[in-house]
Amino acid sequence: MTPVDRDGGRIATNIMHFARVLRAAGLPIGPGKVIDAIHALEQTGLGRRDDFYWTLHAVFVNRRDQRELFDQAFHVFWRNPQILERMMSMVLPTAQLGEGEAPESDISPRIAEALTAGATPQDDVKTRETEEVEFDATLTFSQDEVLREMDFEKMTTSEIEAAKSAMRRMRLPIMEVPTRRFRADKTGARADMRATLRTALRSGGDIIPMRWRRRRQRKPPIVVLCDISGSMERYARMLLHFLHAITNDRDRVHTFLFGTRLTNVTRYLRNKDIDVALEQVTDAVVDWSGGTRIGQCLHDFNHDWSRRVLTQGAVVILITDGLDREGGEGLPKEMDRLHRSSRRLIWLNPLLRYDQFEPKSQGIRAILPHVDDFRPVHNLESLAQLTHILSDMSTGGDPALKRWQEMAA
Amino acid sequence: MTDQLPATIDETITLLDQGNYVSDRSLATALHLALTLRRPLFLEGEAGVGKTEIAKVLSETLGRRLVRLQCYEGLDAASAVYEWNYSLQMIEIRLSEAVGDRDRNALESDLFSEKFLIKRPLLQALEPSIDGPAVLLIDELDRTDEPFEAYLLEVLSEFQITIPELGTIKADEPPIVIITSNRTREIHDALKRRCFYYWIDYPDAERELEILKLKAPSAPETLSAQVVAFVQKLREMDLFKQPGVAETIDWAHALTQLDCMTLDPDTINNTLGTLLKYQDDIEKIRGSEASRLLADIKNEMLLAEGA
Repeated sequence: MTPVDRDGGRIATNIMHFARVLRAAGLPIGPGKVIDAIHALEQTGLGRRDDFYWTLHAVFVNRRDQRELFDQAFHVFWRNPQILERMMSMVLPTAQLGEGEAPESDISPRIAEALTAGATPQDDVKTRETEEVEFDATLTFSQDEVLREMDFEKMTTSEIEAAKSAMRRMRLPIMEVPTRRFRADKTGARADMRATLRTALRSGGDIIPMRWRRRRQRKPPIVVLCDISGSMERYARMLLHFLHAITNDRDRVHTFLFGTRLTNVTRYLRNKDIDVALEQVTDAVVDWSGGTRIGQCLHDFNHDWSRRVLTQGAVVILITDGLDREGGEGLPKEMDRLHRSSRRLIWLNPLLRYDQFEPKSQGIRAILPHVDDFRPVHNLESLAQLTHILSDMSTGGDPALKRWQEMAA
Repeated sequence: MTDQLPATIDETITLLDQGNYVSDRSLATALHLALTLRRPLFLEGEAGVGKTEIAKVLSETLGRRLVRLQCYEGLDAASAVYEWNYSLQMIEIRLSEAVGDRDRNALESDLFSEKFLIKRPLLQALEPSIDGPAVLLIDELDRTDEPFEAYLLEVLSEFQITIPELGTIKADEPPIVIITSNRTREIHDALKRRCFYYWIDYPDAERELEILKLKAPSAPETLSAQVVAFVQKLREMDLFKQPGVAETIDWAHALTQLDCMTLDPDTINNTLGTLLKYQDDIEKIRGSEASRLLADIKNEMLLAEGA
């Protein structure tokens, strides 16, 4: 049985069209995949519909979350042999109703859009508007100095713009940790036998000059959990600029925002253009400046994400004022788990800027025992200091943290 | 022993059956494609759904060597591909010095010859063998890091390895490659693109019972049915780690060892540790929740019998 009919069969063409639909729906499928699919079908044949389905599935899908899209696209596309007509009829909503079959009613918008070969113009207007705002951000040195000490909350609009641009230049030279890989190093502590022997041979093996190597260092992943509830809003919006800067500066940075629910915004922040990134973040997050459910959000993080992003010794930065709508319910347990699964847990709290700050709220008292560092984050200076904390590997023994923990106990 | 690769999907299913592996037709399709088109099979799924098992079953039923590469963070060429045997090389240098009859070039080509090469899994898998190419299992690829993934690209697309001192070693016949991942992180598309992909889900009750009959044949029939029903119920709950098929089998074994004929709340509480591996989860289920689930199961089974 040859599915690719060499004398005028349509199946190869149809597979190509199907691949185009999938590509338009966002699956990363190139022409190579189409050829693969045809080869694969030569092996499995067209005898059974389920074999046909799973053959294409094995070729076209390579992530779990693509399964749904594939499934819908498959059923819509291959139900009717007259695919082109079928695609035409997809454009007309009435034709859809006429068929009246189950999967059609809830076709994902991405598939529907892909089948109609999406001619809807994108709204560029909005992006252009935001671009224009950013131009007065040039800083002189002295201005920079003043800004460093100023609380984000008390800044005027133009100062905020200046601070944002300063933040964009910030980097986070976080501590490095040794890996299991090695690199050649003259002052290294271990003998590099391979290099030693190779150099020995150059002299005919009479003299064996030692070569050395040492462990390679690598920056650990960073996971940021940032509170965006009402009380934190001003800081959070500023910090997003900082987070965007570090996300683009180094690999393995994951960012989550939480208020009443947890949102992973890593992908948006990877966008090089800060305006596009922030716009996407704003679209993705639905709970800006609402209440806070720290316990629930941390539970979601622990349950859904911790095993995926806290691997390879990640450092967790928790940014919140610790004011919890639910009075710290379930928080101690979730904090404990978060602490146990991270290399280092750093809590940044803007409330700490007040001299008379006391860890009284239940949320704060629940979080404090489980952190390795407790720092303020309310101005550029505190962000710059963060750099020093993070590059210092030594944990424990921070007297300030001890004092806070005793007060909270 | 079957040496021939299965020619159709049905034969692939039979092959897996021979190895006591209960599979979906969909999985057999993906495996069949990987075998006939000589591409790696990329298996993803939760822990304990039988990803690694497939490679073992394949090597057993096809009579091929199983070469296993367990991945971990920082896995490097010296432990995954090859290393030179330095102490032997040193002795060789000393010997040639003592004899004093060899010129430099001869020594060099001697020192870096296959005699002094320690082969690690990836290189072993490329070696020819009388039984046919090996089954290469790259286990838990998500544990390693991006640089190693990038290295694998060359190996998996060309089935060749370059050793600077020795030249390029290419497999006459590519090995059967099974890659597994628990998806603790996303593997790069470039690597996945070269593979056939399959997501192994938890089996449904019927299939799980089938698996249990094969893997824990000594368990009484009612017990097996109850075990499967209980585990299926647990998977619907909000747990930190849902029990996999491996846990189901372990539990059935444990209960059989304890001479259980049917489930009762006390035994469940005492043996919950074989099924759930997180203290939070155990606390959640132990006691009243377990009793409730058990009562539900018994009711459902009665209803099913009545009908």
